[in-house]
Amino acid sequence: MAEEQTIKPYTLNFGPQHPAAHGVLRLVLEMDGEVVERADPHIGLLHRGTEKLIEYKTYIQAVPYFDRLDYVSPMCQEHAFALGVERLLGIQVPERGQYIRVLFSEITRILNHLLNITTFALDVGAITPSLWGFEEREVLMEFYERVSGARLHANYFRPGGVHQDMPAGLADDIWEYTERFPKFMDDLENLLSENRVFKQRTVDIGIVSKEEALAWGFTGPMLRGSNVPWDLRKAQPYDVYDRMDFDVPVGLTGDCYARYLVRMEEMRQSNRIIRQCLEQMPKEGPVMVNDRKVAPPPRGEMKRSMEALIHHFKLYTEGFHVPAGEVYAAVEAPKGEFAVYLVSDGTNKPYRCRIRAPGFAHLQGLDFMSRGHMLADTVAIIGSMDVVFGEIDR
Amino acid sequence: MSVQALKDLGENVVKALDPDVSGFEVKLGQLIVQARAGAIARVLTFLRDDGACRFEMLVDLTAVDYPEREQRFEVVYNLLSLTHNQRIRVKVATDEDTPVPSVASVFPTATWFEREVWDMYGVFFSDNPDLRRILTDYGFQGHPLRKDFPLTGYVEVRYDEEQKRVVYEPVRLTQDFRTFDFMSPWEGMTRLLPGDEKAEADEGEVPTGAVNTAGKA
Repeated sequence: MAEEQTIKPYTLNFGPQHPAAHGVLRLVLEMDGEVVERADPHIGLLHRGTEKLIEYKTYIQAVPYFDRLDYVSPMCQEHAFALGVERLLGIQVPERGQYIRVLFSEITRILNHLLNITTFALDVGAITPSLWGFEEREVLMEFYERVSGARLHANYFRPGGVHQDMPAGLADDIWEYTERFPKFMDDLENLLSENRVFKQRTVDIGIVSKEEALAWGFTGPMLRGSNVPWDLRKAQPYDVYDRMDFDVPVGLTGDCYARYLVRMEEMRQSNRIIRQCLEQMPKEGPVMVNDRKVAPPPRGEMKRSMEALIHHFKLYTEGFHVPAGEVYAAVEAPKGEFAVYLVSDGTNKPYRCRIRAPGFAHLQGLDFMSRGHMLADTVAIIGSMDVVFGEIDR
Repeated sequence: MSVQALKDLGENVVKALDPDVSGFEVKLGQLIVQARAGAIARVLTFLRDDGACRFEMLVDLTAVDYPEREQRFEVVYNLLSLTHNQRIRVKVATDEDTPVPSVASVFPTATWFEREVWDMYGVFFSDNPDLRRILTDYGFQGHPLRKDFPLTGYVEVRYDEEQKRVVYEPVRLTQDFRTFDFMSPWEGMTRLLPGDEKAEADEGEVPTGAVNTAGKA
């Protein structure tokens, strides 16, 4: 008869370079056999001091930093910053500009959820979704490129509107894309939703109750997955979201599978919003405020008008001065509530620019979510949290 | 949310928490409440549990540095009520030495946010269960978001081929760090023009470097 053996708990170092860590996450796991007893995420390996850098940049120069936070949903983050600066300046974005911003925010949401769901599936053993999803992402990133010139780091939403109007034909192409996108969603759902392996890996894994989600500051699909119908686009609408007709999906169980389902449905709803934007959008009109102290003059005018040239020069060297004050501007980014807390002292640079990243609060919850689960489930939980280290480490 | 409703809420909060909350203001449609640092846990517990408040989520916790003030740090708590669809911002003031009680027992999410404020500003939170640095490097010195911490930092790292490891060295800039003074002399200029102070300086004292280090006027 073999003598009963006691296994000593041991510590496992996971990452910082690990394909399932979704970036540079170092996780110190205290394990009892294969069961996680405590997870201690070490973050900050991608810390670039964004908040400090922004204090030394003018308001326009600060915008590209927001692309580089959560680099899979750049425009939504620019949106938060632009809204904050606009509120401090007290300016109103023209209607067409608002529609374009909502349109591209929703394209961003699809981009983000496609990446998250497909890589999440990759983490739990399915390769095909990522092959399919990345193809679709490429199409959407072409829209990005056509409107801003860059596939990823767009620098497109500016305080006061968007940088340029959409090029001719883009609206038609986006419309055409929205017509075939539901078919792709059906295919993706066929691959995953009733997939036996996928369900075994995600159902009842990492359950978050409603109370826990609130106490730990979860937002976005992490909160809605736990049956809390809360969406800033509905509750505190910004730009033209109040004119959009869409549903807010919630999950009932709060596990990884519920969060997956929420994201899947959100993509379909985003598709609806995109179509409504294209339908309702004024066919022409300004996309940027007509205030030369905030928005640069059109290129053509600069070639002829001395005053336009001076305005352009002043805006791109000194920038504009923002009245002293403070504002907390939040948007429903694909990952949750992304917010910018701006403190202005009346100069051309922010005195303080606090960036509230949703992933930061979510990753903190990893410890309580993974306790008592297997090591492999930790990977599923990280995947379902949708963490991107650009925004967590800032 | 109308401004009047926010004012009513602010008045109620000030009345209910009289000695611990000193006042409120509504700026840009957002309610801001000033509280006493020592009582922050009580204030947040009230805001979370009171029926008219129900701020059940601590969305953000951060700090702002005002070096010219006696209590240089302002710790800012942003709360959200899902029930009433309202936001409130609670501010407390502290200095480098006075700890602020942790609110991790009220909102567990505060643990990491407080760690970040400690890391970035050096504000100490008493009773935080796990007050380690969070974003900076292992063994980092200083608190980078303080206004007196230089943007360029103090140390830089590189891989040393001879020692076969990463080494830390003092920052060497190939070009001086430049801050441009954009304060226009035509508007809002109250102090000396940059450069005028040289007229007052002793003859032998030549400022080092030609860069403009006057910063904001």
